[in-house]
Formats: sequence, structure tokens, C-alpha cells
Amino acid sequence: MPRELTQNRIQKIWIPSKDDKPAVPRRAGGPYFTNSPTVIVMVGLPARGKTYISKKLTRYLNWTGVPTKVFNVGEYRREAVKQYSSYDFFRPDNQEAMKIRKQCALSALTDVKSYLLEEGGQVAVFDATNTTRDRREMILNFGKENGFKVFFIESVCEDPNVVATNIMEVKVSCPDYKDCNKTDAMEDFLKRIECYRASYQPLDPDNYDRDISFIKVIDVGRRFLVNRIQDYIQSKIVYYLMNIHVQPRTIYLCRHGESEHNVLGQIGGDSGLSSRGKKFSGALSRFMEEQNLKNLKVWTSQLKRTIQTAETLSMPYEQWKALNEIDAGICEEMTYEQIKERYPEEFALRDQDKYYYRYPTGESYQDLVQRLEPVIMELERQENVLVICHQAVMRCLLAYFLDKSADEMPYLKCPLHTVLKLTPVAYGCKVESIYLNVEAVNTHRERPEQDVKRGPSTLMRRNSVTPLASPEPTKKPRIKSLDDHMASTSTSLSGFAASDISTAGQPLLGKACLT
Amino acid sequence: MRGCGQSWGRDRAVCMTNCPTLIVTVGLPARGKTYISKKLTRYLNWIGVPTKEFNVGQYRRRCVKIYKSFEFFSPDNEEGLKIRKQCASTALNDVQQYLSSEGGQVAVFDATNTTRERRNVIIKFADQNGYKVFFVESICEDPDVINANIVQVKLGSPDYADCNTDEAVEDFMKRIKCYENSYETLDEVLDKDLSYIKVMDVGQRYLVNRVMDHIQSRIVYYLMNIHITPRSIYLCRHGESDLNIKGKIGGDSGLSERGKKFARHLGDFIHEQNIKDLKVWTSQMKRTIQTAEALGVPYEQWKALNEIDAGVCEEMSYEEIQEHYPLEFALRDQDKYRYRYPKGESYEDLVQRLEPVIMELERQENVLVICHQAVMRCLLAYFLDKSAEELPYLKCPLHTVLKLTPVAYGCKVESISLKVEAVNTHRERPENVTVNRSREEALQTVPSHL
Repeated sequence: MPRELTQNRIQKIWIPSKDDKPAVPRRAGGPYFTNSPTVIVMVGLPARGKTYISKKLTRYLNWTGVPTKVFNVGEYRREAVKQYSSYDFFRPDNQEAMKIRKQCALSALTDVKSYLLEEGGQVAVFDATNTTRDRREMILNFGKENGFKVFFIESVCEDPNVVATNIMEVKVSCPDYKDCNKTDAMEDFLKRIECYRASYQPLDPDNYDRDISFIKVIDVGRRFLVNRIQDYIQSKIVYYLMNIHVQPRTIYLCRHGESEHNVLGQIGGDSGLSSRGKKFSGALSRFMEEQNLKNLKVWTSQLKRTIQTAETLSMPYEQWKALNEIDAGICEEMTYEQIKERYPEEFALRDQDKYYYRYPTGESYQDLVQRLEPVIMELERQENVLVICHQAVMRCLLAYFLDKSADEMPYLKCPLHTVLKLTPVAYGCKVESIYLNVEAVNTHRERPEQDVKRGPSTLMRRNSVTPLASPEPTKKPRIKSLDDHMASTSTSLSGFAASDISTAGQPLLGKACLT
Repeated sequence: MRGCGQSWGRDRAVCMTNCPTLIVTVGLPARGKTYISKKLTRYLNWIGVPTKEFNVGQYRRRCVKIYKSFEFFSPDNEEGLKIRKQCASTALNDVQQYLSSEGGQVAVFDATNTTRERRNVIIKFADQNGYKVFFVESICEDPDVINANIVQVKLGSPDYADCNTDEAVEDFMKRIKCYENSYETLDEVLDKDLSYIKVMDVGQRYLVNRVMDHIQSRIVYYLMNIHITPRSIYLCRHGESDLNIKGKIGGDSGLSERGKKFARHLGDFIHEQNIKDLKVWTSQMKRTIQTAEALGVPYEQWKALNEIDAGVCEEMSYEEIQEHYPLEFALRDQDKYRYRYPKGESYEDLVQRLEPVIMELERQENVLVICHQAVMRCLLAYFLDKSAEELPYLKCPLHTVLKLTPVAYGCKVESISLKVEAVNTHRERPENVTVNRSREEALQTVPSHL
């Protein structure tokens, strides 16, 4: 007998009604798949962009709904060895240091295991040099013992300019060098790199490493070698890595000028600009001219108000249907007051969980993220771009660039007539907010008071890592000795109890795509 | 699609003129170059990038009516070399015609192109015409794969129409040998400034060099996701729904009694087929999920598989649409592929929405997709290489499963009716599509319903 279906009230997803938690976003269907979690392992000499890639990839995967976390072994080392003295620590003949460094790696792997098996993680990025076969062998075994897939990302670069730039951007200002001047820091770091060079065994696709899954990124993306992609997530990672670049550029995000619906407090629809909205378009045009950019691309949605705004710029622009505002379904063109009156339950449900909530016959923020993924991918490929879009859409895009969680995303402030200028810097994104001095209504609704019943469990949330702050330190006790550590890593694969852990945030489909 | 050059909703002719792209295959015979060429062409056309392949072997067959033996390809056969060079030239002329005068965006130049000299000729040609060049090299030394290729596609080629299998295989192997000595693979140093992808051992490994733009990036992604492992894709619609019976479109109704019966029959069918590791996908609409529930196996819900959004016409019958929106109704009949319902979608939008589904279908093996009429038409058009004009009129009746199996360069289709009655929801294009047509003319082809 086929099971009866009910529609989950927040996501409007049909699920068999025997489930006792209809409000929890989850995959539909029978037994839950245990998708093998994936460990991404960085490989490469220092200053080759491993941490840059780790953080960016993590941000991207989290935004698309794949719970991902970076484990940077350098940070574990800084915890263990409070004060960095010099590159001598990294000399291959420094036995004491070697011991500490190995412990740190093992400690990080323990945390990886915990994250993937007990904390709902799907992907862990193990960020370290991992330049020797021995070290990689150890990680492969670790993966095998725990049922994790392993995917290596090696960054190879011998352009001295690139290496020097990296060192200046992120190394001289790192905690290790807080008491040094730039020149000394640079000099020490270059010697640090040399310590690794003699023992560096690059991935060898023709022989030794022909059976493992990896991508070699050569010369900052000029060339790639891809070996044995196993599954969907590895394929997406490869595609992403092939589309990102490090050319300096700026992304401008703004909404259309104030629209007639905005003035009336109506959501959605396809109205034209108000007179203040038109004034904003003029101001935007002058602003962009002042920015004096070579080669600016301008993108709009296919709704009238963004196109009208772009028209004033007198430059070519591209229309993307994917940039259209969130579809409010039956609530289209209503004011919030009207919605509250006519659909009080829907109104309340939305405040309960604004990210997962789908308007009846409409969309949710989660749907928006899925829709916007090709836009993000193309933004990564491009250089200077101005995106003229809408409130919910802009929140989603901003959340990607600023690494905001699903929880925060629907409440990010994106006021009318304000341009956000995003510039990549170090490991993150600098944001400048520029109000163009044309009055407009405020369309921002704050998160309601905390007495509103919270929706799905925190397992649904993605990690929130603010770009330039240090990642949350792991709370695990420091491991005193290697022996203690070996004793504590008796592995038993704790069954991946999937009942609450759903990757409902998958843009494309439920979990199976991760197999 | 072979529409008006309007690609995928994104590139507007009003803004920039995109350089056309010339994709050039490289590799010994029987390495899958034509397979890749045809598949890539089909994919690019489906997503709205006008693409055409130019197979030099076909030019050669037109020129040299009868194929005698591998000796034609011998490196010291001067006459043969002359003809082959001429054929390549003719093909390049046609490429130029297609890209510069016929609105083509991508041309796939399918030949061995195994020498640097030949490739330089092509690069020069492209430079002169302002085309970007992207090489796709296929390298494979696995004798099993090569043999399988020969059996699948070479034996049936016109060249070997009068040979038996053994003779054909023997000759073809000698043909391959003719190319081997002069084969210059794309080189890390010598070709470092070219844009290319090397596909090794049928996708085990890839080397990608200097991807220049969006289209090249999409091509690389596509090539990295396709495979040649034998498998079948089953497409069907949900069982007959309550709205179907009333002749209404869209909505989110449940299955009728006959629809439920179909679901049960589908379950039986799936079990009988005994398919290894079958994945089942549905949309997020009740009727497909109800259908899947009857199968008793795990399934995945994709919002991307939802039926086309009919906007203001949701849950109306065609009669009601004619009554309330006669103009829209006529416009739709004029260009059913591009027509977007007010506040709704077009088939063109659907294709964009379904692209990730197609990509994942390429990655997967055996899959059953339970979807909807317009969605199924889009997916079917991809597999069967149907144009934008044909797509919205493909027949996808209720209670019928289409089994697609890749074979040679294309797809075999088997249509299996599961013998449960259902309404017909297929509306042919009426004769009169003008906006001032009568109600009768508009409703001429509406199938009967309650």
C-alpha cells in the first residue's frame, strides 16, 4: 500500500505522513542513504594558495548547502607552539618539531573524523602541505578506515612573482610574524619553503598516484590535471576550481531603483520605477562612471524595474531570468499586512524559518540559492561586474561572498539605493557600502522576537565563518603525546544516523548526488 | 536549440558579439572523436548554442566514392594525401560559412588532426576569421575499448558495407597504424599556449590547458561528466491526475484511480525489468511523488523537475484559457518553444532549469525519471536531438514509459505502454494561430476530457 502524503508546512514538500517530524526539512523517500563523507586533502609547498582554495571552496560548498569545514594544521601548530620563533622549526632535521607537527596533523584528523561522523559534516578540507607520500598514505588509510572518500587538491606554482605576492598578502601579517617587519618575515618565510622542497613528492599521475582521485592546479589555474573523479561532489569541486581566478576585480551589487510597488509596500510583481527610483538610476550611472573601470559587465534580472535601472547607464547589459526576485506565489503583489490578514499561518511559518520557508506555489531562499548557483559560477569567471537585482536575490549573493549562514541570509540588510562594493582581499572579501543619497522606502523586515518557535534543528545550519576572523578554535583537549593519541584513535565507524541529518540544502537534488 | 540564435536566455545579441568557437578534435581513429563531437553538438544545441559538426571522413566519402582499403590512408599514398587535404579544406570552408554567415556559434571540426602541421593550418584559419579554437584530444591505448569502438561504429560504416567483420576489423587496425607514426600529441611545452582538453582512457584522466571563456568551461565540465558505461534511462510521467481528467493544466493535484493503478503497474514493471542499482527521481509535485511511492523504493525529489509554470493560466482548462486569455493562447501557438506564460515559464526557461538534471543524468547510470509532460518533452528532445520547433509537440502520453538506451552515436527508444487507460493530454498545433481566430479554431485540437 503506498503511503499517504502530507505537505510539510514550511518547505511545502510532500512527504510520507508516517514521519513524526513533518516540519523538519528532509529528503523524501524510504531508507536514507549513507553518503560517504569526503575528505579534501590539500597538497603543495607553502604560499601556493592552499588555504585560499580551502577557504573559498568551503564557502562555496556551504553556500550550496553541503556542510563543509576547513581544518588548517598550521592553526593546530600555533595552538601547540605558542610562540613561533623562526623557520628552524620547519627544518627537516628538527626532530622535536617534527614530532609536534605530526601530532598536530593527527589531532586535526581526529577532529575531521568527529566532524564527519558525529557533527553532520559532509566535507572536511584538510589544509596542510601534505607534501610527502608517507603523509598522504596515512591520510588515505585514515579515509579507508572511516569510510571517507579522499580527494586531493594539489597546487603547483613556480612563478616567483606569484609566490612573493602570496607571502606579502597573507603571510607577513599572519600571527607567526606579528613581531617582525615585512622584509624579515619574507626572508624567513622563503627559508621555510626551502625546508619542504627537498622532501616534496608531487602527485604522480602516471605511476605512483594513478589510482587516487585528485586535481593538480598548475600556475594558478592555467592548467589542470584531473584524475579519477569518483562522484558528483568531486565533479562540482573540479568545475568550481576551474572557474575561479585571482585577478583583482570588483563586484558591485545593488537593487533596482525604488519601484511603485515598493512605495505601496507590495512585494513581488513587475512594476516600474517610482520617480525616486529613476533618480537613483541617474545617480548610479554617475557613480559607475566615477569608478572608472575598464570593462564593466552589467547584469539585470528580467523584471522591468532592474532593466529600467540599467537602461539609464547607457551601456550594454545582460538579462538573467535567474536573477528575478523570489517568487512569492499566492502572496505576490500583496503587502505584509494583507498577507498577515489573509494567510496568517503562512505569515507565521515564514517568520519561523525564513530560509527554508517556501511560499505556496512560490519559492524559498533555499530555492533561490539553487537558482543562483550558475550566476555565482559565472561571477567567479568574470572580472568587474555590476549586478542590479532584488532584495532576496541580493541577500543570497551577499551571503555567498561574505560567508553568511542560512540563518543569517534572509535578514542581511540590503537597502534600496545603496551599492555594495565587494573586493577580494587576502582570504575574504572587503565590503564597502555606498548610499547614493536618493531617499527610498525601507523594505527590510527584521527577524521577529525570539519567542517565535524555532524551526529545524541547528544541524540544518551551515557553518558561519566570518572571512577575516580566525576560524573557531577546536575545543578538543590538546594531545600531550603521540602515544596518547594513537591509543585514542581506535576506530569504530559510528553508524551515520541520518534521521536528522539531511542535506536538504542541496541545490540540485537530495543526497544521492553526493554518492 | 536551432532557434534564432537566442542562447539559453543569457547571451543577448543586443550587447556583445561573442567570438564563434571552433572545436577541433584530435586523436587516432577509433578513439571516440565522432562520439564526442556528436554528443557535444547535441548538448550545445539543446542549451541554445547553435552548433554543427563537420566530419572530414564524410567529406572524404563524398569525394572518393568507393573505399578500397587502408592503403588510402598510407602516409606514402600521395594521391590519397592530396584528396584528404582537399577534403579538410572544403570542410573548413563550410565551417567558415556556418560561423560567419549562417549564425552558427560553435563548429566542431571532427577529424584526426594528429599532426602539428595540420593543427597549425586550422589555427591560422581561425585567426584569420576571428574564431577561438579549442582542441579536444582523445587518447586511449586500451585494446578492449578500441575493439569495442570498431565493432560499434566502424563495422557499420559505409566504408565497410561489403566486408565481413574480420576483414573490416583487420583493415581498420591497419588504418590506425597509418596514423601512428606521424601522431604528435598535444604537448605540454610545444602547445602550452593553446586551449585544449586531453581526455585520457575514456575519462579516467583529463588534462585541461588555458580555458579561455564560459563556453569552453561548460564544454570541459560536460566532457568530464559523460561516460560510456552501458545503462538505460526510463522516462515517464506521473500517473493520471485529477486535474488531467478535467482537462486542466498545472496545479498540484493527486492521482486519479487510474493514475494509482498505473503507479502499481509501474512498480511491477520496474521489478520485472530487474534493473541494477536503479535511481528514481521525481519532481516536488504530489502526483509524481505519489507515483513513486507505489514503487516501494527510495526516490529523490527535484524541484527542477516540476512541470512548466503556467503562471496566470495555472489550473485552467484550454477552454478557460481561450475564454480569459485568447491573445496569449494564440501567441503560444505561434511560438510554443519561446512563449512564456504571464508570470510563468516557457519551454526555453524549462531547458535552462533542466540543464543540471541532464548533467546529473549523464553522470548516473540506470535512472527512472517520473516527471511531467512539458518536462519530459524537454528531456526527450535532449536525448533524441530534437529541435526547438519539434520539442513542444513531442508525444509523451500518460501511462507510457520510454526506455532510452545509448547505442553507437545516438539513443535507442522503446515505448512501453503499461496498459492502463488515461486521458490524452496532447494538443497538436491548430491550423489557425492568428490572434483573430475564432474560438472553434483555437480549440480545434484540444483533446477530449470531462
